[in-house]
Formats: sequence, C-alpha cells, structure tokens
Amino acid sequence: MLGEGIIKGMLETAKNFAGSFVSEDRLTTVEYPEQRIPTAENARVFPFLVYDGSDWEAGMRCVACQICEKECPPKCIYIEKSKDKKPDFAGKMQIYPTRFDIDISVCMSCQICVEVCPFEAIKMDTQFELATDDRFGGLLLDRRELSKSNEYYHSIHPTEAAEVDARLAEEKRAAEAKAKAAAVAAAQKAAADAAAKAAAPKIETPAPKPPDAGGQ
Amino acid sequence: MASTSAVTGADQIFILLRDWLVHLLPSALRPAASVVLGAIAIVAVFPGLFALTTVFERKGLGRMQNRLGPNRVGPYGFFQPIADGIKALTKEDVVPFRADAMVHFLAPLVLLVTVFMGFAVLPVGRNMQLVDMDSGLLFFFAMGAATELSVFMAGWSSRNKYSMLGAMRAVAQMISYEVALLLSSVTVVMIAGSLSLTEIVDAQNQYTGIFPHWYIFTPWGLASFLMFSIAATAETNRSPFDLPEGESEIVAGYHTEYSGFKFAIFFVAEYLAMFALSGMGATLFLGGWSAPLKFLGFIPSWIWFFLKVMCAIFIFIWMRGTLPRLRQDQLMNFAWKFALPFTLLNLLVTALWRFMGAGWLRWVVCAAILAGAYVFMGRMGMHRKHIGPRSYRYAE
Repeated sequence: MLGEGIIKGMLETAKNFAGSFVSEDRLTTVEYPEQRIPTAENARVFPFLVYDGSDWEAGMRCVACQICEKECPPKCIYIEKSKDKKPDFAGKMQIYPTRFDIDISVCMSCQICVEVCPFEAIKMDTQFELATDDRFGGLLLDRRELSKSNEYYHSIHPTEAAEVDARLAEEKRAAEAKAKAAAVAAAQKAAADAAAKAAAPKIETPAPKPPDAGGQ
Repeated sequence: MASTSAVTGADQIFILLRDWLVHLLPSALRPAASVVLGAIAIVAVFPGLFALTTVFERKGLGRMQNRLGPNRVGPYGFFQPIADGIKALTKEDVVPFRADAMVHFLAPLVLLVTVFMGFAVLPVGRNMQLVDMDSGLLFFFAMGAATELSVFMAGWSSRNKYSMLGAMRAVAQMISYEVALLLSSVTVVMIAGSLSLTEIVDAQNQYTGIFPHWYIFTPWGLASFLMFSIAATAETNRSPFDLPEGESEIVAGYHTEYSGFKFAIFFVAEYLAMFALSGMGATLFLGGWSAPLKFLGFIPSWIWFFLKVMCAIFIFIWMRGTLPRLRQDQLMNFAWKFALPFTLLNLLVTALWRFMGAGWLRWVVCAAILAGAYVFMGRMGMHRKHIGPRSYRYAE
C-alpha cells in the first residue's frame, strides 16, 4: 500500500533515535580530544631518530651516512657530518650528524628514509598532533626534537622494534665474535712469530681465517 | 474568545502583561503600542524557537544516525546557535559581480517579512493573536504565496545557473503544492463555516466527555491533515521535498550566491515558515491552543500551542532523517496525480459529511470512500509499466 515503505523507514530511524540513548554501543563517535583510540601498530606519520640508552646525543644511532638525505623524494632532510667520531652501539667509532633537520611541512611520510637506512637509526613516529602557530620554525624539527629513545620506539611499534633489536644484537654479537677471533688470531700470530724468531728459520704458518662478520 | 473552561491567570499572563505595559502610556498611543508589543513578541519568540530548533534538529538527526550531534558549545551544545550566529555575522557578504545587486539584497528581506506576516493572524493562545482578522486564513495563505516571489527574486538576481534552476524548481514545487495545501484547508472552512482562525479554534474547543472535537478525529479531517502535512513539507522545501536546494545536483539552489547573514536570513525564514505552517496545521486540525483532554485544560493554552508546534517540528526532523530526496518528476506526479485528485475528492466527502447529519452512518460512508480512494490511487500511482528484456526482430 502507498506509504508502507515510508512508515517502515520512519520506524527504523525511530529505533536508532531511541536506541542511541539506551545503548552506548550504537554510538560510534570517539570524542577526540578527551577520548582516543590507540593508533594502529603500523601507523606512520613523520620520521624520528632512534637513540639507545639514556643520553640522546651519545646513543644516537645515526652515523650521518646521508643515504636518507639523498633518497628522500621531496628533499626534506638536511644533514651535516661531524668532524670527530663517537662509538656506536657495537663500540665501533663512527661519525655522527651535527645537524639533522627534517622539514615536516615538506615530508610526505613515504617511509623511504626508513627503508634505506642501514643503521636502523630513523623510524616512523605515530605522533600526529603537530599543529603549531609558527609555520616555518615550528615545522622544521632539529635533531634534538627528532631524537626519541628506543623504549619509545618499542612502545609505538613493539613488533618491529623487537625485530630491529634482535637484528642489532645479532650484528653486535657477530662484531664481537669477529673482534675476538681477530684478537685470537693476532695472539696466535704473535706467539707464532715469537716461536719462529726463537726457533729455526722460516716455516710460515698461515693464521686461521677469521669467520666472516656478515652484516650489511 | 468565549470558552467553556476556566481562564486562569497563567493562561492570560502575556495579555495581562501587555495591558499593564500599555496602560503606562497616554491613551492616544495605546492601540498602536499594543500592536507593537505583540509584533515584538512574535519577532522575539519565533527566532528564539528557531535557534533552539537548529540544535534539536542537529542533535536529533545525529541520534537517528547513531551519532552524538553537536555537544561542544555550552552545556550539551545548546549554545551552538550563538556560535553559528556569530559565524554568519562575521562572514564576508559576497555579491556576484554581475548580479542585480538591489534585487539580490531585497530577496531575503522580502522573504523574512512575508514569513513574519503570516504569524500576525496565528492564534498562539487564548486571546493571543496579533490581529483577529475575519479572513485570517486567507491572509495567511496570501502571505505564504508571496514567499515564492522572493525565492524567484533570489534565484534570478544571482545570475547563476544553479540559483536559477533552484528558483525554478522552487516556484514549480511551491505552486503545485499550494493547490493541495489550500484545498485541504478549505475543508475546515466548510465545516467551521468561517475563515476566522479564532472561530475555527473555538469550533474545535469543545469536548464530548473528555475527548475534544478536533477535526483530525474525523475521516475528512484526517485525510485533510495528511495532505496538509505533505503539502506543508513541500511548501517549506523540507526533505524529502528539498529539491530547490538539492545540494547534490545544484549546489544550494536559489541561495547559492548568498553568504554570511543574508544566507542566515534565508535559513531563518525557512524555519519560520515551518513554524507558521505547523502552527496553522495545529490551528486547523489539532484544535489550536485547546487542550487534548478536557481535564488538562488547566495548563495554559499557549503551552499547548507550542507543544503541538514542536511535535510537528519533530516530525519534520524525523522525516528529514529518514526519507531520501524525490526526483522532480516524482514530485510533480505526486502533486498533480495524487494530491490534487485526493484533496478534490476530500472536498466532496466533506460536503457529504456536512449534509448527512449526525449519526454513525456518515463516519462509515466517509471513511470508506476515503480509504478506498487512497488504496486505489496508491495502486494506480505505484503501478509501473513493466519493461521486459529487449527483443530483436531481425538481429536474432
């Protein structure tokens, strides 16, 4: 009959109207500043720099290799290399960035810098409340503002951070093994040299080849 | 003004207040002052109601869509209209370069004035009527028809194809549905025997036992009320008849080129027209300011009137939250192929009711005719030409 569909539709909206006062589950609205839903684990906004330990400057993983700067499609990264060196996570001496700026007004969140970084030093952040009234200085982040601890990285991307940590630990272990092997070889060589010097002339014993450190 | 129930002080509080204020003035000024006070009351109360309605509408629509609606400005978002008003006032008033600036400026004013004029004859409570005109109903609909002029002024002067299309749609729609609106109101005039809205309310303000003699409780009254409601929805350009501003195809219709406070005036006028027509519907069919049950007569009459208006507004909002917009051809088909014949038939049924005299027989006969016509015309209207798969004569 004429009007049947209208009545059916009106009942449906009436059900919604009444139901929204009774059951909270119907309301899908998240009242944002007060309520938040946690961001998805692989959410990404802008990059940040990871540091180990408690001192951001000492623990910074970045070695100023400038790969990210060169790969960045919109060219929003600016790096200046240091003249001196500092030890990295495995104790090896590396140069470090004296300046590392990202202009997040230019950054397009493509994550290419993260993918090319050989040192697991740059990762994507989930912090999105970056509005500022200073559109030049306020959106140009320097290395202090970009530095976030490894613990923070674990808190925002736990799975990925665990994988990275495992990989770095493996690298560190390999590096230590290599160093130990090198030390053993050096000691053996020294001993052999001494023995050779003491004993009769010239029988060359080749030092055992150290295991390949692998790595990058 | 004669009524059976007791007139309390609370019922007449605004009349007493007005008389007290007027008596502070010299007697030569009193009639004019009385009218001015009444006009001020109308100009203050109905836009206030509009402000409240916008919040209720947005919250109600939100709830129908399982959202919360505005809840940021003030407690539960009730100061939202203040924020909206400030926003509208501080916006730039853009007039298109090639527009007819004078007409463009006048259109919203003409609309607002004609809409407000309709309230002059509306009895919002016992004795609460600005002008008790003998032909109040006629005046009301004359003013309602004048709004079409301003809509066309707005569309024409903007020099914008969307404005023009919107205005043409609006005029076509409003004129088509005005026929149904007027014909469904005429039934009440036939029974009440008067065009005076006071007398129409008085005719309904009687009770059998505790039940009132509202016209909606008769077969012809119910049919008229339904047709009146549909036509009123179309007259006020409300969903599902909001083609004149159909934003999905013609931006915003006739007020595309209006911004800032001129747009706000269009918006206010649309809601005021809703209040005016809701009030008129209540006056004609729902007993105006009379109480729905006899023992509820102690509640002031103006409360009943505004309750009825707000119920009508809620139904407007409810329909907006439910129904999709019609197509232009569906709109016109409904007006001319269903609404017009049905209201014409209803006129005949009303005449039958008038001359059959009291008794149960007229109830049965009138209800049967109307129900039969409704079902039959509904079937006819919903009957579609069946188009089967296409057959080819030569290319088989």
